[in-house]
Amino acid sequence: MKKVECIVRPHLLDAVKTALQDVGIVGMSVSEVKGFGRQKGHTETYRGSEYKVEFLPKVKIEVAVSEELVEPVVEAVLKTAKTGKFGDGKIFVSALEEVVRIRTGERGEGAL
Amino acid sequence: MTRLNLRSIGSYVVIVLILGAALGAVPVAFAEEAAAPPTPESNAEAIATVQSHANYLWTLVAACLVFLMQAGFALVETGLTRAKNAVNICMKNLMDFSVGSLAFFLIGFGLMFGVSSTGWFGTSGFLLSDFAVEQDPWVYVFWMFQVVFAATAATIVSGAMAERTKFTSYLMYSVFVSAFVYPIFGSWAWGGLYKGGGWLEAKGFIDFAGSTVVHSVGGWAALAGAMVLGPRLGRYGKDGKPRAMPGHNLVLATLGVFLLWFGWFGFNAGSTTTADTSIALIAVNTNLAAAAGAVAAMLTAWLYLKKPDATMALNGALAGLVGITAGCANVTPVSSIIIGLVAGTVVVFSVLFFDRLHIDDPVGAISVHGVNGAWGTLAAGLFNAEGTSLAIIGVQLLGIVAAFVWTFTTMWVFFKLVSVTVGLRVSAEEEVEGLDSHEHGNDAYAPDTFRTLAGDAGAGA
Repeated sequence: MKKVECIVRPHLLDAVKTALQDVGIVGMSVSEVKGFGRQKGHTETYRGSEYKVEFLPKVKIEVAVSEELVEPVVEAVLKTAKTGKFGDGKIFVSALEEVVRIRTGERGEGAL
Repeated sequence: MTRLNLRSIGSYVVIVLILGAALGAVPVAFAEEAAAPPTPESNAEAIATVQSHANYLWTLVAACLVFLMQAGFALVETGLTRAKNAVNICMKNLMDFSVGSLAFFLIGFGLMFGVSSTGWFGTSGFLLSDFAVEQDPWVYVFWMFQVVFAATAATIVSGAMAERTKFTSYLMYSVFVSAFVYPIFGSWAWGGLYKGGGWLEAKGFIDFAGSTVVHSVGGWAALAGAMVLGPRLGRYGKDGKPRAMPGHNLVLATLGVFLLWFGWFGFNAGSTTTADTSIALIAVNTNLAAAAGAVAAMLTAWLYLKKPDATMALNGALAGLVGITAGCANVTPVSSIIIGLVAGTVVVFSVLFFDRLHIDDPVGAISVHGVNGAWGTLAAGLFNAEGTSLAIIGVQLLGIVAAFVWTFTTMWVFFKLVSVTVGLRVSAEEEVEGLDSHEHGNDAYAPDTFRTLAGDAGAGA
């Protein structure tokens, strides 16, 4: 089992979500996050005073998947979240030791 | 069919009621006629009674409109500051009116409108004491109209001193300004509206609804407060450059400006304290100046700061309103547009100017009320529809300077005294974490999810 975390542009959330559902993902967690990478921040002005927006808003999607779904998920995100400009985000894939469905107590792949 | 019948019965009942009311009035009129035929004198008396009642009604309605400006101020100031201080600024607005009402009743009204032998302050009418109940109750409606004005002057300051002032010290300020500073200046310019008579009005000073009396006084008090307090932590960088601290809710700020604009029709047109036809021009002038102020501020920000900054446009509408307040009854509509355009332009540069001096005014109160109050007072002389002269301009300038000297000096000394005794400013820790939790133990936007961690989720179990 793997956990896939995708940091994407907020306005592309809907497209990514739909693409993930299309490859068979049935559940996900989404959070609003802020951060920076190569996109860096930008400067805004308010009442004539400048301020730097260093942490830009992004959306983090987390899904837990079985091994064979990792590639389709990554492909789906690449297809929908990529604009080719700085700030498209990242995908992190990591090993997932255990999954438990709280309602039934099921463990492992059955709980995904 | 049934429904139709019901409806026609309903209309019938309404018509009968109206006719009944009309007929009911007729026999009374006949009865009076029978008792004593109307004379020119009795007619004049009846007309005077109707006019008097209309004056009561209009003045009280206008007072209620001006009261709503308190809500406007609360929203503007809350919206233009940060979420962690929202409760504090709302409390300051609530207490400005509440504490201020009591102080104005006890002391302020007598100083402002009591009998004044010197022309510098009134000495009667404290607690409305020399007005017996069986006498003409005009003093009550007049007091209602004046107390909402006093509160307007007082509440201007809370915005400029936002996000860093100690609450107890602010309450002391609230009493001081409503009981002494505002009424004493007011007596110079407006005492004659009731029993007093001030030296400034004796010279012919024009300030119909209070560009100087209300707004400049509030604005210069705000300037003194912001200067003694110093800027918010982190507002100016080590390089001296201002750093933005964006307000947390521009929707609230916008709603606040609309409420102020709405209330201002009462502020200006109600200042006739008479139900007559002059209120029409005043309302038109008020509206045009506000509109011109918003447009001019938006364009100025757009050209000079690259974007049509909403907060500047909001300030611009208020600047236009402050600008037209002195002259709303004695300038033409075209003049009021010019006054508004100048006010909206001035307010943007004034905000940037005070920022450059490191006088931190989170909402622009000094520029909107102080600076544009002065402009409006000058404009009332310049654009006077009955003609202007150097003498008129001279008196207007004298009033502007008198307001500045009196208010800035007394408030500066007051804030300094508070600063060295009980302290004017919260600790750095309180300022960083927010005044809401430290000063009030409240949270304006308490998150429900995490409240359960405090233990009340299991209370029912």
